[in-house]
Amino acid sequence: MLTKRIIPCLDMMNGRVVKGIGFKDLRDAGNPVELASHYYKQGADEIVFLDITASYENRDILIKVVKKTADSIFIPFTVGGGIRSLEDIRRILCSGADKVTINTAAVKDPELIRTSARMFGSQCIVSSIDIKRVYVADESKAPGKVVLDTPQGKCWWSIYIYGGREQVNMDAVKWAEKVVELGAGEIVVSSLDFDGTKQGYDITFLRELSERVSVPIIASSGAGTREHILEALTVGKADAALAASIFHYGTYTVGEIKEYLAKHGVPVRL
Amino acid sequence: MKRDIDSRLVAAHDLPDQQSTGYITLNSLRLSYTNPKGVPLVKIAIIDYGLGNLRSIKRGLEEVKAEAPITHKKEEITDADAIVLPGVGAFEEAAKNLRPISKTILDQIQGGKPLLGICLGLQLLFTVSTEGGPHKGLDVFKGKVIQLPPGVKVPHIGWNTLKIVKPDSPLFQGILDGAYVYFVHSYYGAVENSDLIVSKTYYGTEFPSAVSKNHVFATQFHPERSGETGLRMLKNFVEYIRS
Repeated sequence: MLTKRIIPCLDMMNGRVVKGIGFKDLRDAGNPVELASHYYKQGADEIVFLDITASYENRDILIKVVKKTADSIFIPFTVGGGIRSLEDIRRILCSGADKVTINTAAVKDPELIRTSARMFGSQCIVSSIDIKRVYVADESKAPGKVVLDTPQGKCWWSIYIYGGREQVNMDAVKWAEKVVELGAGEIVVSSLDFDGTKQGYDITFLRELSERVSVPIIASSGAGTREHILEALTVGKADAALAASIFHYGTYTVGEIKEYLAKHGVPVRL
Repeated sequence: MKRDIDSRLVAAHDLPDQQSTGYITLNSLRLSYTNPKGVPLVKIAIIDYGLGNLRSIKRGLEEVKAEAPITHKKEEITDADAIVLPGVGAFEEAAKNLRPISKTILDQIQGGKPLLGICLGLQLLFTVSTEGGPHKGLDVFKGKVIQLPPGVKVPHIGWNTLKIVKPDSPLFQGILDGAYVYFVHSYYGAVENSDLIVSKTYYGTEFPSAVSKNHVFATQFHPERSGETGLRMLKNFVEYIRS
């Protein structure tokens, strides 16, 4: 039986992990290679590196980290952040990453998804979509948008690029359908409303998307508790859950989360 | 071979009890794949026929102490003790890129050289693929590569279980029924002769997740990305080559 995946995400800047570091048993908790290896041993199903380095010139540092990581873990790992071209994708894949996530560059030029999927295969092209809710009184206020009821009110979801800094007036559900058509093999959904809140994932959106598209959906942003992850994988129908601080701060190990999920009937690799 | 070796680490890694326990110790990560005893290393040529990540399979093979050059050169393939046919991406493109060396590969198989096909590498060993086609494969395994059935999310991505049909297969020594391995694919090889099936996996349908015929082995999953289970299979492959 196919299991649901648990994916620790490491936010990196200039080759160092920057988000919440609570490990005392690591010699160098900011070292992405060591952290990736740590999560690998905990039973992570995949690892994601998100490069939030401001300057493009520091790409070589990232490449070095990717190579070292590929040398030390034997599970899939994905690299995202700042990927702009086929050449960027090729370099990262050839350095040992299994997949890349693309957000801004794909919104700017959707053909990048198509050409990269054709060249490298859909399996390694992950579309990363940053979403934020736009609340409306009713559907007529948002023509052409997918408006749904949420516990907080009616809304549609707008996409954001440049790490959440720039809004694009595009419907996220429709954009997701488009990237699948273009050849993306997976979609990772990050919610700007929920990111860092520890209030849980955007379940309404996840569920809608999961039911609409044929490719696996990875829930990201918002996990504060084990229950949140359980909810994303059951009610939200996501195929995988990505989380950062819940692991980095040592709240739970990957193994503990998986045991909890298994106890609640979710198939996981233990 | 050219790397420096820390002899202490090599010695520690060679302790017999390391054979049966986990492979992933910090020590083993730093190991060179140079054989300390001077016994020639098994050389496995990883066929390079295009783009993509070949580094992980190379690392996986090095981790189980094989030398694993990535190559598309005929001499290097001929010179190797065994071949790994990796693969990601679309069948048509891969089959096209493989054409210049397909005869070499087939000759080597004919001559008895062990081969392991992985993912698209498995599919390329089949007679024909329906992906964007029909497109001809290497015809080592009689059968057709077809799409996973509707009703499940495609690609099939993630960890799924093995139902081992042939526990005696050299590749599956020490692998438990129900073990998890990592899959990424949308098509699978429907083999004509079910006697060739080594393991099956269920995803919308029960499909062959590993097949073998004499000295040719192929897995739809990625052993190099399947944690310790996968490393064990790669180790089994290396041991099979040695035997």
